[in-house]
Amino acid sequence: MDTETIYNKLLPIVSTYLPEDVDIKAITPDSNLTNDLNINSVNLVDIVLDVEDAFDIVLENEDIENLQSVNDAITIIKSKLE
Amino acid sequence: MKKRVVITGLGVVAPNGVGVNDFTKAIQNGTSGIEHYPLLADLNFSCQIGGIPKITEEIKKKYLTNLQLRNFNSNAILYGIIAGMDAIHDAGIKPSKTDEVPLWGLGIVFGAGNSSANKYRESIYKIDEGNVRRLGSTAVLQTMSSGVSAYLAGMLGAANQITTNSSACATGTEAVLLGYERITSGKATQMLCGSTSDDGPYIWGGFDALKVITYKHNDSPTKGSRPMSSTASGFVPGSGAGALLLETLESAQKRGAKIYAEVLGGHINSGGQRQNGSMTAPNSEAVKRCISQALKDASLHPDEIDCINGHLTATIKDATEINNWTEALNRKGTNFPYINSLKGMVGHCLAASGSIECVSAVLQLDKGFVFPNINCEDIHPEIKALIAEKSIPRTLVQEPIKTIAKASFGFGDVNACVIFRKNKT
Repeated sequence: MDTETIYNKLLPIVSTYLPEDVDIKAITPDSNLTNDLNINSVNLVDIVLDVEDAFDIVLENEDIENLQSVNDAITIIKSKLE
Repeated sequence: MKKRVVITGLGVVAPNGVGVNDFTKAIQNGTSGIEHYPLLADLNFSCQIGGIPKITEEIKKKYLTNLQLRNFNSNAILYGIIAGMDAIHDAGIKPSKTDEVPLWGLGIVFGAGNSSANKYRESIYKIDEGNVRRLGSTAVLQTMSSGVSAYLAGMLGAANQITTNSSACATGTEAVLLGYERITSGKATQMLCGSTSDDGPYIWGGFDALKVITYKHNDSPTKGSRPMSSTASGFVPGSGAGALLLETLESAQKRGAKIYAEVLGGHINSGGQRQNGSMTAPNSEAVKRCISQALKDASLHPDEIDCINGHLTATIKDATEINNWTEALNRKGTNFPYINSLKGMVGHCLAASGSIECVSAVLQLDKGFVFPNINCEDIHPEIKALIAEKSIPRTLVQEPIKTIAKASFGFGDVNACVIFRKNKT
């Protein structure tokens, strides 16, 4: 799966957890999920579960610790799919 | 001098009406919200009827964001949010915006029995499968007892005391008194008081096993809940939420808010599960004491009570409750005030019963009526021997009502009694 395909699949997952005052257009590959997009940090665990379902992978506690930006998510997903 | 406390907002989610307008019409018309639920029959319940508020997806979306509704599975929190937000809106209070300072003077006491048996069930299955990591972020928020208060506080920016009380079926009336005391003590200006109850087989099963709910009306659900009737055969379980916005008279006047009624006072006590009290039955001495102390707190003579909103669940204890009222007020026969029980229409809404019934009592004061006691065409002979039939209206009475006493009693032998008076306009 190439980066663009992963990104396009990831976008709707991340956008679900955006606060109401943050537009979906604010999401970029470099966006930090909590600092830039203002996503509540407790929702990171939900993003992880949604990613697992969408890509049929399992993330470990260490992966979740490293998950801060959209790019981090893409890197983690890529490594799991290999 | 004690600060005067008034009610400026109401909200309600009841089996026979969601929202104050629909609920008012329903209780004036004597509309039952009790239905037969095939799920309960499938699960071999003796009592297959109950009262569940009708909440459409459209209503849910009006109160909760898509994000809040994601993995949301708590009826108690849902009902509480709708009733609570309605009361705030009705009172004309604006929630603080996310980038504003919170409302330091606004607190919440919103009681609950359980937060969500369904969410617990969902979580328990995952945990037992070894899949605790799949619970997601909302399992704690939706199962903690104070979930309803926490959700409401966040939606409002309420920043005074935020808590959930729990005293079985006395919860709702107790919540009103706890909020009242918080304001009279000068620690809060406004308190959102209410309670909510979850529903369904996991909440009602224990009552079915206890044989305190009726098995005789599975084919005639609207006739099932029969407070004060000689054919009462146990209560009918219900659910929902009620909410009242209490605030200082000073604050209400300053804001130019509509004042529904004044909270004159009340009392909370327990029978200690002594004398004839037990885990499941009230000690009559404590009940009478609770009513007397409530009157004393409100500086009222018993003759000033125009109407009683009883606990009256439709069990064999109804006659005992009436006897306790006659002794506590020292009034009987034709000298007894009006008395009614909302449970004939909505069933026993458990933790939510007190707050839904307080809302019904305040509406009676505001609009000048006494809602009818339905399913009580055959008054229990022991009750007839104590009070005149005219005290138990079976049709709508339209006349000004000045003062109402509302009492609730709960498992664990706990009692709460509050006195409301129509605001002088």
